Amino acid sequence: MRPIVKRLNVGALEQREVVQDDWRYLGEEGVDVAARPALIVPFAELRTNIAQWRDYGGRLGVRLSPADAVEDLGEDVSRLALIAAEFPSAGEGRGYTQGRLLRSRFEFKGELRAVGAGVKQDLLFIMARCGFDAFELAPGQKVEEALRAFERYDVAYQPAEPLDSIRQQRFFATG
Amino acid sequence: MYQYDQLDQAFVDQRVAEFRDQTRRFLAGELTDDEFKLLRLRNGLYIQRHAPMLRIAIPYGLLSTQQLRKLGDIAHRYDRSFGHFTTRQNLQLNWPRLEDVPDILADLATVQMHAIQTSGNCIRNVTADHLAGIAQDETDDPRPYCEIIRQWANLHPEFTYLPRKFKIAVTGSPEDRAASEVHDVGLHLRRDAQGNIGFQVLVGGGLGRTPIIGQVIREFLPLPDLLSYLNAILRVYNRYGRRDNIHKARIKILVKAVGIARFRDQVETEWRAAKDISPRIEAAEVERVRSFFKPPAYESLPNIDAAAGREPEFQAWYRYNTRPHKVSGYRAAFVSLKAHGQNPGDMSSGQMEAVAALADRVSFGLVRVTHTQNLLLADVKQSELYGVWQELRKLGLAMPNIGTLTDMIACPGLDFCSLANAGTLKVANQIQQQFDDLDYLYDLGDIEIKMSGCMNACGHHHVGHIGILGVDKHGEEWYQITLGGSVNGSTSLGQVIGPSVAQAEVASTIERIVEVYRSEREDGERFIETFRRIGVKPFKEGAYATHCEAA
Repeated sequence: MRPIVKRLNVGALEQREVVQDDWRYLGEEGVDVAARPALIVPFAELRTNIAQWRDYGGRLGVRLSPADAVEDLGEDVSRLALIAAEFPSAGEGRGYTQGRLLRSRFEFKGELRAVGAGVKQDLLFIMARCGFDAFELAPGQKVEEALRAFERYDVAYQPAEPLDSIRQQRFFATG
Repeated sequence: MYQYDQLDQAFVDQRVAEFRDQTRRFLAGELTDDEFKLLRLRNGLYIQRHAPMLRIAIPYGLLSTQQLRKLGDIAHRYDRSFGHFTTRQNLQLNWPRLEDVPDILADLATVQMHAIQTSGNCIRNVTADHLAGIAQDETDDPRPYCEIIRQWANLHPEFTYLPRKFKIAVTGSPEDRAASEVHDVGLHLRRDAQGNIGFQVLVGGGLGRTPIIGQVIREFLPLPDLLSYLNAILRVYNRYGRRDNIHKARIKILVKAVGIARFRDQVETEWRAAKDISPRIEAAEVERVRSFFKPPAYESLPNIDAAAGREPEFQAWYRYNTRPHKVSGYRAAFVSLKAHGQNPGDMSSGQMEAVAALADRVSFGLVRVTHTQNLLLADVKQSELYGVWQELRKLGLAMPNIGTLTDMIACPGLDFCSLANAGTLKVANQIQQQFDDLDYLYDLGDIEIKMSGCMNACGHHHVGHIGILGVDKHGEEWYQITLGGSVNGSTSLGQVIGPSVAQAEVASTIERIVEVYRSEREDGERFIETFRRIGVKPFKEGAYATHCEAA
């Protein structure tokens, strides 16, 4: 089972904890799609067989690659319980924009998960500020250090969630 | 100047603590070289030819004397008692120890300074006109807006891992003194018919391997929309900029590939879609930041002819190294970092300390860094210029060559930089020797030499009236010469005149080039004007004349 770092009660009372992943990837060893597990499918697969997946009877998630356009999810965003954005390396930055767009423009309320070899403790803070609330850590990352990584800053210059102004942001610390 | 409040200070302090921990983990073997590289680059730390190089941010080139003293002190304690001012108005330390860098950053934080985002694929230090706030032709002081952008860009969560670096320059005057047209984004302050502040926005300029002049994406962007519009530009770039080839990853390549019209559509579409949820700059925030840039307490003074009756050396300094001021009775005075025999842009700890003391006495405790690698005392009483000159002369900082051929820009080159092909500093010294006669320099007038040790063009060679680029030919240093580049007024890119020349030939080739100018110029014509009138051909013939004779 994969450990997942999760932010709970995002906001003033936010807590972080590590949970065992209750999601499965399509094609992962031992996954029985017929049993309708909570299932993450690649974006290309979702688009190719969209009618079939709309009728999937379990919780459904999608995995985006950096080049995937979130607009192409269309109204299916509201059907998804999870969207995973891939950070294949620490220098790949498109996932941050995917996260921001999903949260702010497409009002995605489900789990937004950062996945891939780039999900390392030093980037968790900015991922969180782009709307990610679940983190599938890259191999070798230490869970305790990852949990502490969110607490490095208690101030930030930019509105992380829709706010009206910089000024407002200046006087409300965010985590 | 801007003063941190407790939030600004907390941010920088927390950043230092974060980097201290990252450095500790690297030294303990918990981070690989590649992992640490991404993190250190966001704090201005390179691993160079001889040692790490730390690039300290000097936002829009403005320093308090307390900060300048601290820079001198840091250079003394952690380096070899000198620093190198760059074309992006920053300061580079060439010999710090990696282990010391967290302490250096902590020291910087005590004077409200940092090295955040001075390297790496992120939004870099915002630069501005060095005459901001004092220029006679200025629409408005650009520095408050630079500060607003600086804050917005600091650890921007969405734009910290861009395809490539991203540079913004802001000017407040019709005359572009910030090279804004060769920046990823150039912002030109304007007022609309009602007098409201806004910006003409240029995008996609840049030097490097593929020099391109920025194009107008928006004629007038109202100030409250500044950050939301930058957000839209950065977002389109972050999504669609190339990441497969480092040499094709700047925004200029994207703009060129899709064309400015389509790029504009993408940005405007993104901007409209995000407008309601993007940060608008409130009037109260603008006022808060602007209040830090109020003019100092100028005295009411008449203009005087400070040079009258003084010795010729002072008159020359006055003519070349001072500039008019919008307030009567004052002038701006350059601190020349271009003394012959010295590396362009270098300054010793002792000089920093002494200039800080001088600025405390005569220029309201502020110093500016220019993108041409000099310092500027912006607000000197005309009656005090003579004393300032005497003092600067004692310090070796009064070389009366600002705007002349030896006021050249040069990157650190092979002596320090691991990317360089060529020893630019050696060539700079060679040119200084060749053109050591001041009367000859003055006769040549306004000529800008810009020199880079490699294609990355840190020395802006593409936009030098005379550009010099170091190239490697089978392990030997050669120099390619371009003519006709410019960033002041009408920006143009230089044209290559022909085959590159050997290191020993650079200065003499330049002398032959300027001799062509001397014989071809018409009354009062500057080098760049003569070049534009007669074209590259006569210069080409002149530059290689001796080679032809020899053959």
